[in-house]
Amino acid sequence: MAGIPHDHYEPSSNGEKWLHKRLPILGIAYDTLMIPTPKNLNWMWIWGIVLTFTLVLQIVTGIVLVMHYVPHVDMAFESVEHIMRNVNGGHMIRYFHSNGASLFFIAVYLHIFRSLYYGNYKAPREVTWIIGMLMYLLMMGTAFMGYVLPWGQMSFHGTAVITGLFGAVPFVGEALQTWLLGASAVGQPALNRFFSLHYLMPFILLGLTIVHIWAFHTTGNNNPTGVEVRRTSKEDAAKDTLPFWPYFVIKDLFALAIILAVFMAIVGFMPNYLGHPDNYIPANPLATPSHIVPEWYFLPFYAILRAFTADVWVVQIVNFLTFGIIDAKFFGVLAMFGAIAVMALAPWLDTSTVRSGRYRPMFKWWFALLVVDFIVLMWVGAQAAEFPYDWISLIASTYWFAYFLVILPLLGVLEKPLPLPETIEADYAAHYASKTGGTKTIVNPAE
Amino acid sequence: MFRKLSLTTMTALALGAGAAHAASVEVEITDYAFPFEGPFGSYDSNQLQRGLKVYTEICSACHGLELVAFRTLSDETGPALPEEQMRAYAENFEVFDQALDDGFGDFRAATPADRYPESSLSNAPDLSLMAKSRAGFHGPYGTGISQLINGMGGAEYIASLLTGYEEEPECALEMETPMDGYYNIAFANGGFPEACKDEHGHHTVPGSWISMAPPLYGDDLDYDDGTEATLEQSAQDVAAFLMWTAEPKMTARKQAGMTGVLFLSLLAVLLYLTNKKLWAPHKPKYKDEA
Repeated sequence: MAGIPHDHYEPSSNGEKWLHKRLPILGIAYDTLMIPTPKNLNWMWIWGIVLTFTLVLQIVTGIVLVMHYVPHVDMAFESVEHIMRNVNGGHMIRYFHSNGASLFFIAVYLHIFRSLYYGNYKAPREVTWIIGMLMYLLMMGTAFMGYVLPWGQMSFHGTAVITGLFGAVPFVGEALQTWLLGASAVGQPALNRFFSLHYLMPFILLGLTIVHIWAFHTTGNNNPTGVEVRRTSKEDAAKDTLPFWPYFVIKDLFALAIILAVFMAIVGFMPNYLGHPDNYIPANPLATPSHIVPEWYFLPFYAILRAFTADVWVVQIVNFLTFGIIDAKFFGVLAMFGAIAVMALAPWLDTSTVRSGRYRPMFKWWFALLVVDFIVLMWVGAQAAEFPYDWISLIASTYWFAYFLVILPLLGVLEKPLPLPETIEADYAAHYASKTGGTKTIVNPAE
Repeated sequence: MFRKLSLTTMTALALGAGAAHAASVEVEITDYAFPFEGPFGSYDSNQLQRGLKVYTEICSACHGLELVAFRTLSDETGPALPEEQMRAYAENFEVFDQALDDGFGDFRAATPADRYPESSLSNAPDLSLMAKSRAGFHGPYGTGISQLINGMGGAEYIASLLTGYEEEPECALEMETPMDGYYNIAFANGGFPEACKDEHGHHTVPGSWISMAPPLYGDDLDYDDGTEATLEQSAQDVAAFLMWTAEPKMTARKQAGMTGVLFLSLLAVLLYLTNKKLWAPHKPKYKDEA
């Protein structure tokens, strides 16, 4: 695999030979685990392991929760409280699961921004990127449906708002919304199907995880330099890489242990901090909460959804050109999905031949601004839709689109990249040499 | 520790352009010190027993606790009532049992396995989860920092609400039809008179009008342990009790959290050392030294 020359699995014992002829499963496992990995990977390359672990954590805790949960509008809330009060260890399992969603999204955002900075999405890794974006969408769908299940106030009214987005689609909106909910309003049919899908989708996510890993094992990992591993010979490749086991497994597990210690502190000492208190009130269709706020991980896109109101001139022009078919509400929905779509198209929008942001002096600043922009969107998504927040969210949303649609294409033309290191080995040696000082000249990259 | 904090709760964050109406209500929440705060905090059984008495003698007239089973009153990390006492206490309540009277159902005295009845007054919310459903202040600037730094949660809110009844402000006294309910400086979601808003629609006085009459005045009951039942004392005691009804497994959770953090930290140290040793031969600076 990886097109990087390395030693492949050779069955040694008679038993292994027997199995290998019939099913090369040990070979696949060996080659996956021993894949040559660029040795200069930094600490931003740990989030994949964290995400895989979190997916398994969510599936395992979720399966246990399902053993006690009742998907019925009259009993769902109480069955969750039953888990919290009467099931052995139930309060921990539920808090692991609800905070696990937050861990999942913290990790996925860091994973995505890592890839955006180091140009992981560029050729030949576009398929890995696209699959990753699909997984992110699936994660959001799963998290949203999971939040409905406790059937609290925010579950109920959040569902009404989000499924209402589909009602904004011209002509078929109302029919679409009814089809999604299985009824004209949020109720038992919606709860049942969201429960079913919330159980199904993580397993699709698991399948896509395997395809995601398969894809980047075919192309090989990117690395902080963006320079490819030398494939000229096994010896050259070995100078740029180390096998995944044990070097990166142990490194990743170390990082995972630290992250889980922090996670454990949140679950143990402040498990409700990231959730909304209103969800401890049973769903009441007749009493709408004074403010409906999605979970924190949806806030950036929620801000984009709300940013484009009827008084924005872009919205007015589009409204005029489409003879009123695209109104402000539908424009907002398109903007929200468009914000993810432009990110998915990054491999084709980014015209620079250099992958890593490390060697792109102008890109660095625009990227830093994108990170700030994302945090601003997250904050403003939780604020009231009034001055000055409406302006802030409009400016921040515009920058999000401008980054992908204008800045990335232009930078490839305008920017003069810094010289790249010749090989990963040279970069790696320079990194350690610069810390000890002195020997730098000997291993200077690109010389 | 009685720090007064003015907190802003942002209300009305509505979706879409047309529905964008937002008002911020100032409420005054006192940051009472509770023994269950912080990673090492746990419930004080004596306080929970006092709070139980406040609930039983005063709150339960209107408010239910339908998620709480009587047997849990004997939990060691909760009120820790002796079992005999808990059984006797349960018998004071009546529950409806469908199995009685040949399936027609009838009322009988509650047993430890039963749960508290629901609210007897239709507009009185159930109190089982009140301390958790009122935990968020989301200030300042919607960041929720005060909740994180000051550890302020639903218990502080409940105690502040019970002590937050004040004389109606002057702006409300001049009105022709007086406000329904009672003026409370800790309550955000009640009615508010136009007369107490300035020209921009901002509130000139904190809080709003709540329909619940002041339930506590001080010396409303006699505590078994001899503690003086002042207004602030009984408000804090019942707030602590309601924190327990909302989060009965808190002590077990914190212990599990502490164990988890310690073991994972130890694991992290071991993995750090393993990682360091593993990579050493491949790091030039170690090679040079070797």
